[in-house]
Amino acid sequence: MTRYFTEDHEWIEVEGDTGTVGITDYAQGQLGDITFVELPDAGATVAKGDSVSVVDSVKAASDVYTPVSGTVADANAALADEPELVNTDAEKGGWLFRITLSDPAELEGLMDETAYKAFVETL
Amino acid sequence: MSGVNAAGWRPTMGEAGEALEKFVTSSGDYGLMLEEPLSFELGAEGKCGVDIDKPDRAPAAGLSKFLRKAAPDLPGLTEPETVRHYTRLSRQNYAIDLGPFPLGSCTMKHNPRLNEKMARLPGFADVHPLQPQKSVEGALEVIEQLADWLITLTGMASVAMSPKAGAHGELCGLLCIRAALDARGEKRDIVLVPESAHGTNPATAAFAGFKVQSIPATPAGRVDLEALKAKLGPNVAGVMITNPNTCGLFEPDMKAIADAVHEAGGYVYCDGANFNAIVGKVRPGDLGVDAMHINLHKTFSTPHGGGGPGAGPVVLSEALAPFAPLPFVTRGPDGGIHLVEEENRGEGHGRAFGRMVAFHGQMGMFTRALTYILSHGADGLRRVAEDAVLNANYVLRSCEDLLPAPFAKSGPCMHEALFSDAGLADGFSTLDIAKGLIDEGFHPMTVYFPLVVKGAMLVEPTETESKAGLDRFIGSLRSLAKRAKAGDDSLHSAPHFAPRRRLDETQAARKPVLVWQGAPGEPGQPSLSEIGGS
Repeated sequence: MTRYFTEDHEWIEVEGDTGTVGITDYAQGQLGDITFVELPDAGATVAKGDSVSVVDSVKAASDVYTPVSGTVADANAALADEPELVNTDAEKGGWLFRITLSDPAELEGLMDETAYKAFVETL
Repeated sequence: MSGVNAAGWRPTMGEAGEALEKFVTSSGDYGLMLEEPLSFELGAEGKCGVDIDKPDRAPAAGLSKFLRKAAPDLPGLTEPETVRHYTRLSRQNYAIDLGPFPLGSCTMKHNPRLNEKMARLPGFADVHPLQPQKSVEGALEVIEQLADWLITLTGMASVAMSPKAGAHGELCGLLCIRAALDARGEKRDIVLVPESAHGTNPATAAFAGFKVQSIPATPAGRVDLEALKAKLGPNVAGVMITNPNTCGLFEPDMKAIADAVHEAGGYVYCDGANFNAIVGKVRPGDLGVDAMHINLHKTFSTPHGGGGPGAGPVVLSEALAPFAPLPFVTRGPDGGIHLVEEENRGEGHGRAFGRMVAFHGQMGMFTRALTYILSHGADGLRRVAEDAVLNANYVLRSCEDLLPAPFAKSGPCMHEALFSDAGLADGFSTLDIAKGLIDEGFHPMTVYFPLVVKGAMLVEPTETESKAGLDRFIGSLRSLAKRAKAGDDSLHSAPHFAPRRRLDETQAARKPVLVWQGAPGEPGQPSLSEIGGS
């Protein structure tokens, strides 16, 4: 299991050809209290960088971009009633959707945890 | 002389506020601070404001099955109770006639009373859109004159007058672009939208069936020209740029952007919501714009919320003019004024993409806008832009030592000043400043927008505030910034002097209660099935 990060503050944890995607703890801290999460439909085909989900907070509505191309396997149904999971547990229980990767090579362009931490330091 | 208040002492709200904490009144009201219940809670059974006769004949054939079996669940109130309810509520409202609205991006400026006087003239106020055209030629001439002014002020070829608001105008512009592309036989489906654009722009593009691609802003808060050029191609239908943009800055590369987009076969949509900052100074037509909406209810007075409604005419370039929606006011060979509609679209509007509204647009706003234009004149409109920009820069320079203004280093701002909450004490943010402004007696500014600035505070003073008025506002903003920098905890619980203290906005967004539910078992309480809930 390997975890990667994007400059748009998404994380993806990959196991086999399936990736679990969410936003980082840093991102949720910037957004403030999350009030609603719009999730992608299972079966949707998406390309790396597409806006596939929207996270609403008291401050803003923010697009979430998929870090990789593929097919959406499922989404985190718990967020419908408990969007605050993204605040309290952004990098685990507050995951957004799972995706079946069509091109695992795309992962190579992403950051690992150390690189992402260094990236956040620069912001 | 002992009775004279020589020192000029006045009671302060601070002491009144402390008094509120100490005393409990029987009514729940505090003098003029009213605790107003809902009308359903005020009402009582058996009370009614009007006497309605029992019908003296049977209902018309076929209608008897619709006869009510029981009285409707309406609040039982007398007429004076009803009048007082709404008047008391209106006193809790903050309005442009009570004080300034520093909201950015949604100019809330004074609406001259002369506008209202003109709009109420019976020849404008009491006309019906289905009246014979011969009987409303004066009203049609108002539309024609206003259209001429808008074309002149923007340097464009044509104007579609009917769109009803800014976003409606955006849709009109994009539908014109789509119609023009269809006429060229091209299937371009991407619209580029910079980060500095208004939030409605990407929504409009998506609604019109285009795919939206974002263009990053430069560190100076402007469109990244090179990034935009890199995205241009055979699938790009056009670009939507807000100029002046929503960071309160003029886009100096506008002409270069337009040239590049045109060279790539696309069109340039300009969000003209902030036209009040450049009216009389810059003609968008000279910058290569193909379509731009003008918020009449902003640049030419009558702010929404201060009287509204909106009107968003769209000026169009030669390239897009043929596709503009119907109707149009025009003159025949004999000089007579009339409307071009579906039946006579052959009169130069055969390629119109269709119609956006049932009739001719927002007549009341047309009258107000033309009044504003004629009473200011061309030189006065230029002064409007100058004063709007001067006032915004006065606010910017008066506060930037306390509140960082990330884009102020690159020069003057346009119509709005943008601050960041960086540098406040730990745990203090834009929200605390905004709530504090309520205690100071001001409507808060726009908060957390635009997104490109951390904890954005966007202030648009408008041209109608005097220096004395601005100084009062600046004094309050500076005082709040100092308190937030010093970690003054009382700011966390602001507002202290409003009918309600700090509300739980998160809970309100997560678990909104949208329907009155009353107390359980109370008569008049609608059940969930009656109100369509589940």
